[in-house]
Amino acid sequence: MQKLLLGDEAIAQAAIDAGMSGVYAYPGTPSTEITEYVQASKLAEERNIHSDWAANEKTAMEAALGMAYAGKRSMTCMKHVGLNVAADNFMNAAITGVNGGMVVVVADDPSMHSSQNEQDSRFYGKFAMIPVLEPSNQQEAYDMTYGAFELSEKYKVPVMIRVTTRIAHSRAGVITKELKPQNNQSLPSDPRQFVLLPSIARKQYKVLLGNQDHFNAESENSAYNHYFEGEDKSVGIIACGLGYNYLREILPEGDCKYPVLKVTQYPLPEKQVKQIANETEKLLVIEEGYPMVEEMIKGFLEKEPVTGRLDGTLPRDGELNADIVAAALGIQTGSKESKVPDFVANRPPSMCPGCSHIDVYNALNEALAAFGQGRVFSDIGCYTLGALEPFNAINTCVDMGASVTMAKGAADAGLVPAVTVIGDSTFTHSGMTGLLDAVNENSPITVIISDNESTSMTGGQDSSALGRLEAICQGLGVDPEHIRVLNPIKRNHDDMVKVMQEEFDYDGPSVIIPRRECIQKAARRRKMEAKQKAKS
Amino acid sequence: MKTDIILAGVGGQGILSIAATLGAAALENDWYLKQAETHGMSQRGGAVVSHLRISDKPIYSDLIPKGSANVIISVEPMESLRYVDYLAEDGYLVTNTKPFVNIPNYPDQEKLMQHLKSLQNVVAIDADQIANDLKARRSSNIVMLGAAAPFLNMDLSVLESGLKQIFGSKGNEIVEMNMKALHAGYKFAMENK
Repeated sequence: MQKLLLGDEAIAQAAIDAGMSGVYAYPGTPSTEITEYVQASKLAEERNIHSDWAANEKTAMEAALGMAYAGKRSMTCMKHVGLNVAADNFMNAAITGVNGGMVVVVADDPSMHSSQNEQDSRFYGKFAMIPVLEPSNQQEAYDMTYGAFELSEKYKVPVMIRVTTRIAHSRAGVITKELKPQNNQSLPSDPRQFVLLPSIARKQYKVLLGNQDHFNAESENSAYNHYFEGEDKSVGIIACGLGYNYLREILPEGDCKYPVLKVTQYPLPEKQVKQIANETEKLLVIEEGYPMVEEMIKGFLEKEPVTGRLDGTLPRDGELNADIVAAALGIQTGSKESKVPDFVANRPPSMCPGCSHIDVYNALNEALAAFGQGRVFSDIGCYTLGALEPFNAINTCVDMGASVTMAKGAADAGLVPAVTVIGDSTFTHSGMTGLLDAVNENSPITVIISDNESTSMTGGQDSSALGRLEAICQGLGVDPEHIRVLNPIKRNHDDMVKVMQEEFDYDGPSVIIPRRECIQKAARRRKMEAKQKAKS
Repeated sequence: MKTDIILAGVGGQGILSIAATLGAAALENDWYLKQAETHGMSQRGGAVVSHLRISDKPIYSDLIPKGSANVIISVEPMESLRYVDYLAEDGYLVTNTKPFVNIPNYPDQEKLMQHLKSLQNVVAIDADQIANDLKARRSSNIVMLGAAAPFLNMDLSVLESGLKQIFGSKGNEIVEMNMKALHAGYKFAMENK
């Protein structure tokens, strides 16, 4: 059966078809649509597949490991920076191994369309020494995910699927496979496997090391890694993942005179890499993300020139495309005719008209005017757009939760008042623990949790904090008198400024919660309610 | 057949319904399709673009190489020019003339229209006005699709069946309204290309 699917959706459909019992994730572009697809799937509902959002990527990864412990097939999905949050469990899951199959999907964002950095998750896969699959198109995204659970169960190790923005968010026709039953619940055959006391961890680590040759053999024999012969040995091309697609756009299989090694399964297939290196005078490595493969095969010897992102044959940063790959091969693309006129202005994203964050920033800017610039530590979400004109209201945005802890550090340094702006969802993702630190040391910071009752930047997923923010803050030890809830509307501007100023004056951790539902979410909710009313 | 289409607009303008219609049409004909979308942060009032490639042979790249798009369909005039270097020499630029001004430095509109008129193959259409005249205000996107239809290397009937698939579940009235919008756009383009 053929379906028109985003790369993300192809992964989700494959996981459902392969008998997955649960997906655990925190929303993050470009990975969000995987879990959303499972949530909207009737088939997933019929099969009782777990798909609620987790509080953050670490809790998601750990829950997926727990499901795999219990013998069922699980998946966890995140964006590249989310894997940093989940890295502790991810690295150790490679040591514990799994019982049921576990697939870790990480969507990288080269060119930073919606991210703070470009990092390349293949390094994490290599770091953890587990197999990594990097599909070159949507069909492979489906097929590889479908097969990844088996690969995971064969070696009892988590398997990573790495995609990048372009394949995650591009649609193509995908042929699906037969629906498999879910695994029955079962306990691991080795009862100590999941207890990483040092003595057991050492044993488990040897198991992982012992599997490395098998993983390499899997790559060498993989149907996804392919060696294409070529007569012209002046250049050999190693094309990884999506890079393979761009190469074939420029040089289709019949027209390419150079030997080509397509790499979509890691570890790097040693045999084929040696073959192409021995056969050719020079190598070009086309890979999306960091120059990982290029560095690996370059080694220390310069017997064979290796070119790619390191030597500037391809740009060191940003997303690849067919034009860039063509230029690296000395092929001209584009027309001389049409140039983009100078007057075409940038159109950056902005907060929606009527957004509650706007009222919060207007009040905050006024409340802080007397203290001068440089005191607002912010976080990741729609409200990050407060950094832009006309607000210029925030000074930092580093990683999920860093607003609270950076404000604390700055306050420790004497920068008082130090103010945090964080969203409700980000607060439960990674802000809570920082607030506990501030409470423990009675740090004079004001934490503004701009609560729009939604994870809005990624499309309005439910926030784990919904209806619980005051209770959480109280539970962490914030004095209830310094937990102030506001209604951020224009009419309340003066009140908001007053409350903010009062809390800046307080010598301890205070929390201000301006609460108004995301207007986009509210519009969707009203539409849905009207629809349901019409039905009944 | 092979058609490379750039769909341009501003986040929230809903260019994806055009893409969905073309996608449904492609699938029905067993054509290959790739459609790259913009998601996430850039959607909020920022410039958004979708690369759409349809062919009877396998397609590799999800992105269209520069200088090879057959058509640019833009629901906003300045956005049509942001991607003009993707247009093939014999390609067509089909743009809505109704500006979406959400930035302080939006270019002078007269200058913008002059530049558009100076290009070789341009269809500039006030799709909002045409949709309003049809009492189908929300179908201005489909007016745009109709205006691009003569340059897509596919019969109008293919787009009609795509529309039926996409809007079929919303009832006959909605399908008919969009059919009218499609034909009005098509007629305008044939008279003004």
